[in-house]
Amino acid sequence: MTAPSQTDPAPPGPSERSRRRPRIDDTDAAGLGRGRAAAFVAPALLLISIFLIFPALWTLYLGLTNWRLTGLAAVEPEFVGLDNYLDALTDPSFHNSLLLTLLFVFFSAVVGQSVLGFSLAWTTRRLRPSIRSLLETVVLLAWIIPASVIAFLWIALLSRHDGTLNALLGTEGTAWLLEYPMQSIIIFNIWNGTAFSMLLFSSALASVPPSQFETARMSGAGTLATLRDVVFPNIRGHILTNTLLITLWTFNVFTPYLITRGGPEGRSEILGVYIYRVALNEGALGRGAALSLIMILINLVIASVYLRLLRERKP
Amino acid sequence: MRRTNRLGGAAAGLLASALVLAACGSDDDGGGGGGGDPSRNADATEVTLTITSNAIKGGKNTEEATWITDWVIPEFTAMKKEQGVDVTVEFEANGVDDEEYKTKIALDLQSDSGADIIGIDGIWTGEFAEAGYIEPLTEVAGEGVDDWDGWEQIPEAVQQAMSFEDQKYGIPLGTDGRVIYFNKELFAQAGLPADWQPTSWQEILDAARQLQQLDGVTPLQINAGTAMGEATTMQGFLPLLAGTGELVWNDGEWTGGSEGVTETLGFYADVYGGDQPLGDPLIQQEAQGRDTSFQMFANGELGMLIESDYLWRSVINPDGGIAPMQNRDEAVGWAKIPAREPGAGINGQDFVSMSGGTGRVLNPNTEYPQQAWELLRFMNSPEAFEAMLAGSARITPRDDVNATALADDPMLTFVAEEVLPITAYRPSLAAYPQVSVALQEATASVVSGTSPDEAASTYQSELEGIIGDDGAIAD
Amino acid sequence: MSVRQSLGVIGRYVFVAFVLAFFTLPLLWLASAPFDSAPSLTVAWPEFTLQNFRELVDNPYALRSLWNSVILAAGTVAIVLTLAALSSYALSRVRIPGRDTLLYTLLLLSSIVTGTAAMVPTFLLISELGLIDRQLGVVLVLAGGLLPTAIFILKDFMDSTPRSYEESARVYGASSLQILRQVVVPIARPGLATISVWAVVQVWGNFLVPFILLRSAEKRPAAVTMFTFYTEGGQPNLALISTFSLLFSIPVVAMYLFVNRRYGFRFHGGIKR
Repeated sequence: MTAPSQTDPAPPGPSERSRRRPRIDDTDAAGLGRGRAAAFVAPALLLISIFLIFPALWTLYLGLTNWRLTGLAAVEPEFVGLDNYLDALTDPSFHNSLLLTLLFVFFSAVVGQSVLGFSLAWTTRRLRPSIRSLLETVVLLAWIIPASVIAFLWIALLSRHDGTLNALLGTEGTAWLLEYPMQSIIIFNIWNGTAFSMLLFSSALASVPPSQFETARMSGAGTLATLRDVVFPNIRGHILTNTLLITLWTFNVFTPYLITRGGPEGRSEILGVYIYRVALNEGALGRGAALSLIMILINLVIASVYLRLLRERKP
Repeated sequence: MRRTNRLGGAAAGLLASALVLAACGSDDDGGGGGGGDPSRNADATEVTLTITSNAIKGGKNTEEATWITDWVIPEFTAMKKEQGVDVTVEFEANGVDDEEYKTKIALDLQSDSGADIIGIDGIWTGEFAEAGYIEPLTEVAGEGVDDWDGWEQIPEAVQQAMSFEDQKYGIPLGTDGRVIYFNKELFAQAGLPADWQPTSWQEILDAARQLQQLDGVTPLQINAGTAMGEATTMQGFLPLLAGTGELVWNDGEWTGGSEGVTETLGFYADVYGGDQPLGDPLIQQEAQGRDTSFQMFANGELGMLIESDYLWRSVINPDGGIAPMQNRDEAVGWAKIPAREPGAGINGQDFVSMSGGTGRVLNPNTEYPQQAWELLRFMNSPEAFEAMLAGSARITPRDDVNATALADDPMLTFVAEEVLPITAYRPSLAAYPQVSVALQEATASVVSGTSPDEAASTYQSELEGIIGDDGAIAD
Repeated sequence: MSVRQSLGVIGRYVFVAFVLAFFTLPLLWLASAPFDSAPSLTVAWPEFTLQNFRELVDNPYALRSLWNSVILAAGTVAIVLTLAALSSYALSRVRIPGRDTLLYTLLLLSSIVTGTAAMVPTFLLISELGLIDRQLGVVLVLAGGLLPTAIFILKDFMDSTPRSYEESARVYGASSLQILRQVVVPIARPGLATISVWAVVQVWGNFLVPFILLRSAEKRPAAVTMFTFYTEGGQPNLALISTFSLLFSIPVVAMYLFVNRRYGFRFHGGIKR
C-alpha cells in the first residue's frame, strides 16, 4: 500500500519549490532522524498496543470459540475453529445484510456524504461569513448531536402518525420507515455524516496554496477546470483519506438500529445492526467477533480498490 | 502491501505475544470461583456491603433507588449499630436498558467481582446459574436460608421466578401478570358490556368485529414481529400458547412446531389476515410500535390490548405515566386472557396468563455471606416493602403485604388475586432469547401472509438450529 | 455581472437554502419537545412549560454527568491530539518502511474495538490493570480506539505542510520538539481542529465503554445518563429525554463554535479574493 499523498505530483505554480516532495524531502527536513522519530511515535504506539491491539486480537481469538457471556458455554468455551465463519457465510440473513450494507455504504457515504460534503466545503468558501457559519453549524449539529438523540429526531420526522415530513408533503399516513426503509436510512446517514467530509474538505481546500487559485483565475479557467487541474491534484490524499474513513465508519454504523431496528423484516438490517443482534441480543459473542473480522477483510478489499483508483499515475 | 520490514516485523511479534496472552487470559476466566465457607467473616465488626440494581434516582425505577438509599441503607446501618457492628452499605445505581445491565453484571461476576447483593430479572437465573455466576442461596449463605419466615408469604409460583432446577437462587422482588385491557367507552359505543370477560378466542374475535364498526378505531392489538422484541413473545405469543395447553419449554424439552404453536399462529392469521384485519399490521413493523400502541390506547383509538399491570401503573397512570390517561379509572376495563376454549389451557385451565419477575441474588464471591443474607432478608421484610411502596400500589411477592398495599387499587388486586394463581413463567435458559426471536419471526411471517402451518414448520427447523445437540425438542 | 455569473449566484443560494432546510428540519423536535408538558414523537407547538428543566436540575446525576462528559472528552482529546501530532509528524517526515500498511491495519483494528464484540476483552483488561471505576481507564480505552484514525488523518495534513520553514528553523538551532510546536502545529491547525472536534464527538456519544468500566453513577457521563430516562418496560420518558437531549447537545455545539472561532480554518482568509 502506498501513502495517500506521498506521491503527489508537484503542482504547477510559483510555490512549486516548497510544495514539492521528491525522494530527498522524505529524508526529513526537520532533521528528526530515525531515533527521534521512533521516540515521537513510541507513546502513541504503546497506548495503541495495550488498549487497541491487545483487545482486538483477543476478540479475534474469541471468534474461533463458541464463547457466550452466560449459560453453559460461558463456563467451558470450546475451540470451534472456523465454524463461526462458515455459519456466517452460509447464513442467508448475513448475505442480505452484506448486500444492504454495500448499498448503504455506496449511496450514503461514497456518493452522498462525499459529494455533499465537498459541495458544501466548496460553496461556503464564497458565502458571507454569517451565512457560512450558520450553514456549517447546522450541518455540524447533525453530526455532533449524540446518536441516541438523533434517533428521536428522525423518528419524529418520518413518523407515520403526524410526522413532520407527512405534514409538510401532505402525505398523511405514509409510513416512510416501512415502505422505504433503505432509502430512509441512506438519507438519514447523509444527513448525519456529511459534516465530517465537509470539515475535512474545508481544511483540505484551505491548504491549497492561494497562488494556484490565482493562477487558474488569471488563465480564465472555469469552475470545473479549476477543480480538475488545481483542486483535485492537491487534495487527492484527502479524498482518499475521506473515502477510506467514511467507508469504514459507515460499515460500522449502528444508529439506524435505533430508528428501524433493522426492520421491517430485515429490510434495513445493515452489518452493524446484524452484528449487534448476534453479539448482544443472541449473546453469541464468538460469532459476533468472527463477523467483525469478515467485515474488516471486506474493507481491506474495498480499500485496495480505492487505492488503485486514486493512486497517482507515475510520471 | 509492499513487503515486510523491520517495524512491521516487530509489530507482528508484539501481536503474536499479545495473542498468546489473550488465549491464556480467557482460559481461567470461566466464571465465579466463589463458594467457600458460608460462615466466613460472620462475626466481623466492620463490614462493607454493596447493593446493585437496575435503578437510579430520577431515572429508571427511581422508587427502588430512592428506597435503597434513603430507607434500606440508613435503617440497616442503624440496626446493626445497635448490635455493635459497624456496617457500611453502598448502592451502585444503573437504570439503563436491561440487556446492557445484564451484560455489565455478567462481566462483573465473570471476573469474580461485583456487588454483594445484585438485582436481576428472573429470566436470567438459569443462564447465570449455568455459567456458574450465581449459586443457590443455601450454598452461599448456608442452610439457615430455608428457615427464613418470609418464604411462607411468597407463593410457590412466584418463588419459581428466582429458581432454577428446584433450587432457590434469590428472593423475588416483584412480579406481574398479563390481562386483556379494553376501553369501556369504545365498548359501550360498540354495544359491548362494561364487565366483558371472554371465555374463548372466538369471543375476542367477535368483540373485535363489533369494534371494527367504529370510526378511527383499531379493534385489537396482539403484539407480533421482531421489532417489538420480547413484548411479542411475552404479551402475545406465550399467553396464547398457554391457552392451547402448551408451554414453550416443559419437562426439559422445547416445544417445536406443535399443534398448539400452529393454533396460536392461526389466531394471528385470524387477527391480521383477510381484507379487513382486526389489528394494525404496520405497528408490528415499526421500531417504536409498542410506544405507538400505548399512545393509541391512551388516546382511545385502540379497543383491546394484552399487557401486564405495567401498562396500568407506569404507562396510562394519570399520575406520572408516560402516556397518561386522565380518565383511566373510569374508561379502562380488564379481563383475564381466555384459553382457546374453556378447559383447553395449561393444567386444564379456562384462563391463562404469563408473568415475569425480578429479584435479588447473593454474589457467591461476597466477603460477608451472613451479613449479605441478613441485608437481603431485611430488604424483603414487610416493613421494607411498606417503606418502598410508601402509599403507591404495586404487586409485591408477599401475600401479607399485598393484602393491605393493593387494597385501594382494583386492577392490581385483580392481578394479585385472580391472575397470579393461574400464571406461568418463561424458562430462564440461555437459549431462550434466541427461541423467543424465532417465535417472533414466526408471528411476523404469519402477519405478512405465510400460512400458520408453514410458519410453524419453519420455526421447528429454526429451533433445531438453535438448540443443536444441547437440548431436546418435544415431538 | 454577467448572466452566467448571476445564475451561478442564484444556484448557489438555492443550494444553500435547500441544504439549510434539509439539515434543520429534523432538529425542530429538539426545539419544541423540551418545552412541552406532554411531548410525543411529533413536532407540535408546545404547551409551554419549563417543568422538564426544573426536574433535570433536581436530578442528582443529570448536571454532574454533563460535567463528567467534559472531563472524559477533555482528557481523551488531550491525549489523542498530543500523541497523534507527535507520531503523525514523525511518520510524515521520516520514511519508515511499511508505515502505511501499519497505519491502515491499526485503522481496521480500531473498528473492531469500537464494536460490541470487543467489550469483554476490554473489560477484563481494564480490571486487570485496576482501572475499573476510574475515569482514567475510560480515557485510555477511548484514546486507544481513536488514535489510529487521528494519526491517519493528521498525517495527511502534516504531509501537505511546507517543509521550508522547518529547514530554516533548524538552521536557527531549534530542537525537533520546538519545531513541531512552533512551526508545524500552527500550520496544521485546521487539521488539529478537525481532529479535536471529531474526537470530542466520539467521546461525547459513547455509551458502552464508560457504562461498563465505571461503577459509580457519580462518575458516569451524560451518554449513560441519557439512557436512564426510560421506564422499567423500556419506554422513553420523552419529557426528560428531549430536555436532556438539548442540554446534552449544547456543550458540544459550544465547543465547536469556540474551536472554529479560535483555531479553525485560519487559512480561508488567504484564499478569498
